[in-house]
Amino acid sequence: MARSTPEIPNASMADIAFLLLTFFLMTTTVASDKGLLVQLPPPPEALPPDTDVEIPERNLFKVQVNSFDKLLVEGEPWTASTRELTDKCKAFILNNGQDKASSDNPQKAIVSFKTDRGTSHKVFVDVLDALTAAYYEIYAQRAEVSVDRWREISSEPNADEVSKQLYDKGRGVLPNGAVEIPKNISIAEPTKIGG
Amino acid sequence: MSKFKKKTNAKQEIPTSSMPDVVFMLLFFFMVTTKMRETNINVEQHMPQAVQLQTLAKKSLISYLYIGTPKKIDQFGKEPKIQANDVFIEPKGVIQWVNSEKAKLDEVDRDAITISLKVDTEAKRGLIADVETELRRANARKLLYSANKKIDR
Repeated sequence: MARSTPEIPNASMADIAFLLLTFFLMTTTVASDKGLLVQLPPPPEALPPDTDVEIPERNLFKVQVNSFDKLLVEGEPWTASTRELTDKCKAFILNNGQDKASSDNPQKAIVSFKTDRGTSHKVFVDVLDALTAAYYEIYAQRAEVSVDRWREISSEPNADEVSKQLYDKGRGVLPNGAVEIPKNISIAEPTKIGG
Repeated sequence: MSKFKKKTNAKQEIPTSSMPDVVFMLLFFFMVTTKMRETNINVEQHMPQAVQLQTLAKKSLISYLYIGTPKKIDQFGKEPKIQANDVFIEPKGVIQWVNSEKAKLDEVDRDAITISLKVDTEAKRGLIADVETELRRANARKLLYSANKKIDR
């Protein structure tokens, strides 16, 4: 008695699955929400009009970039690498009044970063990266963690108790709530000079 | 002739019956992890590279602004433009856009909104600074300059 077998041929199932797999492989984009985190100042209108505080020259680490993407660090043209810029910036922050031409203490030290309207975003990110690195390397060293770990902590400082402690240790929170080494990177309004 | 007869009669084929299962497993993985992009990006996007990158855990708080040269140069010109959702906006329109983005969030999260600026490397600071000023006015002051991990160094 010949009986017809009620089976669905499944030899092509693998092919169908592969087709679907290929589709999802190609449409998948790995989410890359990575970037340099920056906190902007309050709007220009909200600032009181007479807040022009005179900051002594020695407490300012000036980095300027013109529209040809050329750097000027502390008034001198900069040709060295961004790594050296990070080191110079670190030396400035941690000077603590030793060098009379450099910062009094990390609290007063301000890193001022000024660009031109014609500066490209690439150079802006490069320099901002180098200046951020200076602070993060100092913090990481104080908290005795790697810089990678520090970045994780500072992204979510309130995630858990351990990271909160390390975060406070790295920045040196004083009893009155102030921070020993605040991240004073000031991104100034770009100039309109052009060249 | 029996001298040269193969002594082993072990099977030489790889069993393929479980291949569909393996493929399905991969398929489900990609189906679950994939996220369809809801907006078409109409500007050039070559991300700058940096080292000190940070990520945010709460992805729902991030809104994206794309800045770069339009892909259709003959239609929109060569000047870098700002794209929000699916349309080009002027720096003046940023406040309105931020408010509509904030309206999508829960009330408690509104001030924690983070703007991810996806800026092409060739875009100029002038335009970005205009956007920043408007973001300050719109009280969305947490910013993420999107960048890729630097490979060399």
